[in-house]
Amino acid sequence: MKNLISQSRNVVARLPHSRAVIIAMLLGQIVGGLLAYGAVAAQGEPNVVTIDNFTFGPKELTVPVGTTVKWVNHDDIPHTVANKDKLFRSAALDTDDSYSYTFASAGTFDYFCGLHPYMVGKIVVK
Amino acid sequence: MTKKGFEDRGRGLGRREVLECMVWAGTGVLWTVSGGVPHSVGLIGDALAAEPKGFTFLQMSDSHIGFDKAANPDALGTLREAVAIVKAMPVKPSFIIHTGDITHLSKPAEFDNADKVFGETGVRVHWVPGEHDIIDEDRGKAYLERYGRGSKGAGWYSYDDHGIHFIGLVNVVDLKGGGLGNLGAEQLAWLEADLKDRSNSMPIVVFAHIPLQVIYKDWGWGTEDGTQALSLLKRFGSVTILNGHIHQLAQKVEGNMTFHTARSTAFPQPAPGTAPSPGPMLVPADKLRTFLGLSTVNVVQGNQPLAIIDGTLAA
Repeated sequence: MKNLISQSRNVVARLPHSRAVIIAMLLGQIVGGLLAYGAVAAQGEPNVVTIDNFTFGPKELTVPVGTTVKWVNHDDIPHTVANKDKLFRSAALDTDDSYSYTFASAGTFDYFCGLHPYMVGKIVVK
Repeated sequence: MTKKGFEDRGRGLGRREVLECMVWAGTGVLWTVSGGVPHSVGLIGDALAAEPKGFTFLQMSDSHIGFDKAANPDALGTLREAVAIVKAMPVKPSFIIHTGDITHLSKPAEFDNADKVFGETGVRVHWVPGEHDIIDEDRGKAYLERYGRGSKGAGWYSYDDHGIHFIGLVNVVDLKGGGLGNLGAEQLAWLEADLKDRSNSMPIVVFAHIPLQVIYKDWGWGTEDGTQALSLLKRFGSVTILNGHIHQLAQKVEGNMTFHTARSTAFPQPAPGTAPSPGPMLVPADKLRTFLGLSTVNVVQGNQPLAIIDGTLAA
């Protein structure tokens, strides 16, 4: 995205001044849009699982070996992240607290909230 | 609800009529249980008009000390209000049963604050933990150090008072993924042994945090192996089961068993399935106290009726 923005700037630099202003205004919106897109993409980062409304999202996540997955709790109520096979277990995560775990080997890792065990999720490591 | 529903013609109310009463009267029905058959004897006003006979005890629940989010920025303040009601009671209850979630995050300061305020009642409190009370680093050690004296396992115990057998169960530890509340084999074996030599005529009161019966599975409101505990209790003539966890009243009578869940003194939770999650329910600040409360249980000696009266913190 950085490349795209710097290329746009080069294009603007080569144009006569009045046109450049109009294009810059248009570009401003485009760049703004791109930045907004970037922010959304960061939120939906493939290795982040959010907890909203007593639900892990995404419920199932596939990552390559060696990936660190981060869970972030957005609820008003604490939750935990506990692996079914007891490989990992977070402390209680209060509002906006997070927990990270690095998956060193391939496999399917089922987990749940130790306080509200009907909340379940899965990390598939390939 | 017609008057007909109250006429039991000497054979007791059927389960359907009992549930119908609840819908009609909301929180105000006074229940008695006698000979294993529940009878409704009137509304809360009638019940309060009469001096309590026999002995009374109080159920309080879900204090969530430390909770400071939008649904109630001052959970300690609303507990103080509830305790003020207890202190003002003309007849002090014999003791308080607290059905868990004393604290929000199991922090020492939260337990300290709760102890201080409950201490002001001058009434003994019998505790069981909620899932919020065992999330310290050592997963329950802080709770057991404070309240676990004389208990077994994760904090379960029983005692007798006024001819009634009281049993405090713990169904919030070692929960299994995808499951509900959990008692576990060790606790069930203990319960079986605890009940073994007791007469069928002895009234039983069981209290635990998560409802023993499944109220709403999608939100985990029930206990996985609760039916095993209930089957051990079936032979008794009068069984009352007091739970918390769901921050609202739910009452059900089934055969000789009366199920009751208490309000929280901290914040309300939505009725099953009426919100995306069971998280704290936001209500207008001036309405909050009508959603919070405590329950008085009145036990009349002799014919062993047992009545539960619910009150809110609102005047």
